[in-house]
Amino acid sequence: MISMTNVYKAYENGTKAVKGIDIRIEDGEFAFLVGPSGSGKSTILKLITGEIFCTEGSILVNGFDLNKIKPSQLPKLRRTLGVIFQDFRLIDKKSVYENVAFAMRVVGASNREIKKRVPYVLDLVGLDTRTRRKPSELSGGEQQRVAIARALVNNPKMIIADEPTGNIDPARSLELMMLLQKINELGTTVLVVTHEKELVDRFSQRVIAIDGGRLISDKMGGYYKYEEE
Amino acid sequence: MKRNRIGYFIKEGVSSIFTHGFMSFASIFIIMACLIIMGSFSLLAVNMEYIIRNMEKQNQVVAFVDESLTPEQAQALESDIKAVPNVASVRYVTREEAYESFLDQYKDIKLFEDVGSSILRDRYVMTLHDIEQMAQTRDDLRAIYGIAGVNAHLEIAKGFVTVRNIVGAVSISLVVILLIVSVFIMSNTVKLTTFNRREEIAIMKMVGATNSFIRWPFVFEGMMLGVLGSLLAYLLQWGLYSFAVDRMSRSVALSFITFLKYEVIAIPMLIVFAGIGLLVGIGGSLFAIKNYLKV
Repeated sequence: MISMTNVYKAYENGTKAVKGIDIRIEDGEFAFLVGPSGSGKSTILKLITGEIFCTEGSILVNGFDLNKIKPSQLPKLRRTLGVIFQDFRLIDKKSVYENVAFAMRVVGASNREIKKRVPYVLDLVGLDTRTRRKPSELSGGEQQRVAIARALVNNPKMIIADEPTGNIDPARSLELMMLLQKINELGTTVLVVTHEKELVDRFSQRVIAIDGGRLISDKMGGYYKYEEE
Repeated sequence: MKRNRIGYFIKEGVSSIFTHGFMSFASIFIIMACLIIMGSFSLLAVNMEYIIRNMEKQNQVVAFVDESLTPEQAQALESDIKAVPNVASVRYVTREEAYESFLDQYKDIKLFEDVGSSILRDRYVMTLHDIEQMAQTRDDLRAIYGIAGVNAHLEIAKGFVTVRNIVGAVSISLVVILLIVSVFIMSNTVKLTTFNRREEIAIMKMVGATNSFIRWPFVFEGMMLGVLGSLLAYLLQWGLYSFAVDRMSRSVALSFITFLKYEVIAIPMLIVFAGIGLLVGIGGSLFAIKNYLKV
């Protein structure tokens, strides 16, 4: 669950990236966070993952109060989140299997648990035949599926996808969004940051729109072009 | 720490050495070069100290026995002399033995042949533990009943002490400066390695890795590079030193100098090299990744 109440964020250079945002996403929800470049989407994601902290307001993520969180608790917060990036952020020297297993090692899983869980997750994203490959040997869509497998492997409460379809073709984008929807149906909260109108419109889910650091619209079954509604 | 985690950290450290082959090679080479430079200065200092100590031993103190004492009484003084704190060794030399030695020393000068041993006195020839205490020892010897006079070259002793102190201070300063330079160079080398891996560290942080989980493979990697670099430096230093000593010993001009054998200092050198290698390797790694952990 994410609860952002009257959140402001000003950077050290004086830029006010977020101005009084109120967002609440319940467990099990699927939501799109949309907005043009420079609207404050990335800042909101960084605030949720604890990379940066708000200047005003309060943020609660999966039971962690980010205004009071200690540096030693940040890894615990991040283990409740599975983050997927536009540029995949895979470790190229590791195989597909190791990239996913690595996320389990971080949380202290035993080799036995890793051997059991990683093949299951890779099978779920359709990469069970590519386990020994290096990320650079895979297509963009496949790399993004490795990133999804890595995000899923620790059974997080929430998946946060930052422009997940930005580097893949339209057909693979649709497949990926369907995969995220399937993950959501299994009970995981999903928040997708995107500016791909067609995908947002097609899935008819909750759409949270921001512009200039302010919340413009927040509707169930909304459309990307909220101003046209 | 769990056993499978230690295994993972070691495996990651080893694999990283091979994955970043060139940087690993550069790190090992830098550790090796710094240690050899440092080791060479240390060996030079140790040898200087050894040579000066040997020369100090030749700076003997002579205590002359009062002529009124019988030979038995003169020889009985040995126990009193040995009881003086700073005396390392004592040898009783009769006036006849001293005369023979004198003639032997000046055999080309015929003039001394007519002079008999009666002009000399029986004596005790001593070496000291610490020539810095020579003045005090001389006074202690003079205070012994039956000792008529003491010959001690205080000025020469002071000269040795001064040279030894200067060599010691210069060597320690050089070794400390080189150690700081080594840590700095090593840290910059590891920084270059970690700069290439900052993305990897950021990913680790994002999936919930703790700082210690990220740090340990780097520590093991630094440790292995440090030990490997120091072992290679140690062996190379051994070879270079033995070669240099062998060449210098053959030189006629340096034939009067006895150099320390590497075998004598092999164990302390190994401990010091391995210790510095570990310190530089681990310290450099920790220092280099510090900034990337603040995500």
